[in-house]
Amino acid sequence: MTALTLAKALNLGLRRSLADDPSVVLLGEDIGRLGGVFRVTDGLQAEFGPRRVMDTPLAEAGILGTAVGLAFRGYRPVVEIQFDGFVYVAFDQIVSQVARMLARTAGAVRLPITIRIPVGGGTGAAEHHSESPEAYFVHTAGLRVVEVASPQDAYTVIQQAIACDDPVIFFEPKRRYYTKGEVDTEAALADAPPMGAARVVVPGSDVTLVTYGGLVATAVDAATAAADDGVSVEVIDLRSLSPADNDTVAASVRRTGRLVVAHEGPHEAGVGAEIAATATERCFEYLEAAPVRVTGHDIPYPPAKLEMHHVPDLDRILDGVDRVLGRVPSTGAVVA
Amino acid sequence: MPGITDSTTRDDLSPAGIARENLTTHESGAPDERPVDEGADGGAGTVRLLDPDGVRHPSPEHDRWLADVDGDDRALLQLLEDMVVVRRIDTEATALQRQGELALWPPVLGQEAAQVGSAHALRRDDFVFGSYREHGVAYVRGVAPVDLLREWRGLVTAGWDPYAVNMATPQVIVGGHALHGVGYAMGVLADAERDAVAGRDATPGRDATAGRDDGTAAVVSYFGDGAMSQGAVNEAFVFAGTWSAPVVFFCQNNQWAISEPVALQSPVPLVARAAGFGLTGVQVDGNDVLGVLAVTRAALHRARTGGGPTLIEAVTYRRGPHTTADDPTRYREAAEVEAWVRRDPIDRFTAYLRDRGVLTDAADADVRDVADRVAAALRTDLAASPTPPPLSVFEHVYAEPNPVLEAERDAYAQYLAGFADDAAGGAR
Repeated sequence: MTALTLAKALNLGLRRSLADDPSVVLLGEDIGRLGGVFRVTDGLQAEFGPRRVMDTPLAEAGILGTAVGLAFRGYRPVVEIQFDGFVYVAFDQIVSQVARMLARTAGAVRLPITIRIPVGGGTGAAEHHSESPEAYFVHTAGLRVVEVASPQDAYTVIQQAIACDDPVIFFEPKRRYYTKGEVDTEAALADAPPMGAARVVVPGSDVTLVTYGGLVATAVDAATAAADDGVSVEVIDLRSLSPADNDTVAASVRRTGRLVVAHEGPHEAGVGAEIAATATERCFEYLEAAPVRVTGHDIPYPPAKLEMHHVPDLDRILDGVDRVLGRVPSTGAVVA
Repeated sequence: MPGITDSTTRDDLSPAGIARENLTTHESGAPDERPVDEGADGGAGTVRLLDPDGVRHPSPEHDRWLADVDGDDRALLQLLEDMVVVRRIDTEATALQRQGELALWPPVLGQEAAQVGSAHALRRDDFVFGSYREHGVAYVRGVAPVDLLREWRGLVTAGWDPYAVNMATPQVIVGGHALHGVGYAMGVLADAERDAVAGRDATPGRDATAGRDDGTAAVVSYFGDGAMSQGAVNEAFVFAGTWSAPVVFFCQNNQWAISEPVALQSPVPLVARAAGFGLTGVQVDGNDVLGVLAVTRAALHRARTGGGPTLIEAVTYRRGPHTTADDPTRYREAAEVEAWVRRDPIDRFTAYLRDRGVLTDAADADVRDVADRVAAALRTDLAASPTPPPLSVFEHVYAEPNPVLEAERDAYAQYLAGFADDAAGGAR
């Protein structure tokens, strides 16, 4: 075990995939000499050469479209989208091409493309640098969507995503890039939890709190604070947004009877809506209260000085816990 | 692969098929160093070896790419036969749509020389990415005629295995595939790097592809004049140019993007775009099968030998509707269509072959016979194409297990099973 930042853990995971599988290639803007704007690909071009770690023109549709062609040729492209807000210009390639090529070709052409996207806010960034676009991709058949929350998962799940024969949208919470955690780089990948499995981060008995990515650490803090208040919160890191591990969520909700889902992305038709609806369908008779969502507002991402009013923080998550417990009136709306 | 039939292909039908090997392996000659051609159809810069009256005009620069064909009557007849058969498939498909047997069909009438000529320049190990109108290219690549139609009948998402013929299945998003061709070509370049690391067959997907090449494979991306305005196509030019990727962009300028004339896409000849991207640009009379064959061979040779990508603008005309759902009488004059009928690609090549004595009455009868047999087989095969079972819609969404989708499938299967109970047990 070594203490690594999430960014460094990703770097080592990518390095291992590049070393283990000669069909793995990396494409993106500034990923070569610069090592990426977050340094996730630091040193990889120097080690593996410019044909395997490719700086591309500034054209996201071009990056995704050429990744499709590389996959046709038998490669496993790993694409870096520099910032979440830049993925939209590649949206057609992802939705109309990457997601459905397997179906279009009746299974003949697999596109094992990993699309890495730094995601979310909390970094005081400029416009288009703090988006949470995950729901678009969860809604698209043919894609798998994951978001990592810890350096250990960053190290293992990036390798699992690359090895997966389906296209994977791989979200990296940028405000956790430089948070350190213990990583076992020696463990065999086969022994790691499956990419699609949720993880109970903190066990608890009163409330199930489901979240993912950058908010997992906040949720753990909230569970600690709630425990001081005598409330036992079970924190589940969803890890895979599509397919979601509904079994793990349902098992928890059947024990606690109360569900809070938290994410940075907007409220309307967000991942929280899907998780809450599925849990309600599957656990209706176990629920003591209506599920509560704690999410970003249905607004364009606000200016940096106001983002704390948009991204759920510890207090807003605790407020959600209070509401699901009936301690404060639950209006069914997001608390501002 | 499910859904691929054993239907009759071109190779089964064509008595001249043996000539195709000669046509598709000609790779000698020096790279074409022709500068960017500019000017409209028929202008000084447009390559035209066969004029609309079927008169062959010598051109040492281009004739060297036709040395084998010019001396091979069977090869010449094969080009004619393929154009005639493609037109017959197109005619049959249009009729089948009118008869309610197809949901839709995008006719290729008038573009036979552009497609057959360019497709004959390809090697088997080259790869093609095409739009939804590349029926002629697909036919020459070996796609069974019925497999061209099953998608348009609504039976399948696409009719064939791309790796069986090294041609991707039709792309409906205009220009969306141009980038795929560039990526594939980047992969050809990257192979050298990978092969230095591991054995050639060391990686997944590698052995799935048909006819592995020696590293000199090239790619052709086909699209039309409308696609020239798409971002994806322009990004493809950027990537191809900066990578010097072994790719040929084959733009069939058929003058119309549904109702929009090419002037709406570009104020300059489409081929003039090439220079700004660092591509070699060539404009060719797209209704001259020999000219198209020559410039495509030159472009592929350039691609294979490190000369970089080429944009070919084949100037042609879509004589039919955009699709069978379109009514071109609303946006263009009959006289314009008539003018292009006089430049018909098959008529001019027929006149040339008659004049040369290659196309005898007997040979002509053979060609007609192949077309008749293709048409008959097409109808028989289409009628025999089954509708896939309902639950097949859940197949091939993911390559690996997906419990959420599997639960959906199982629930729908249970729902369908309820009707089976009804059928077995009578009314509820």
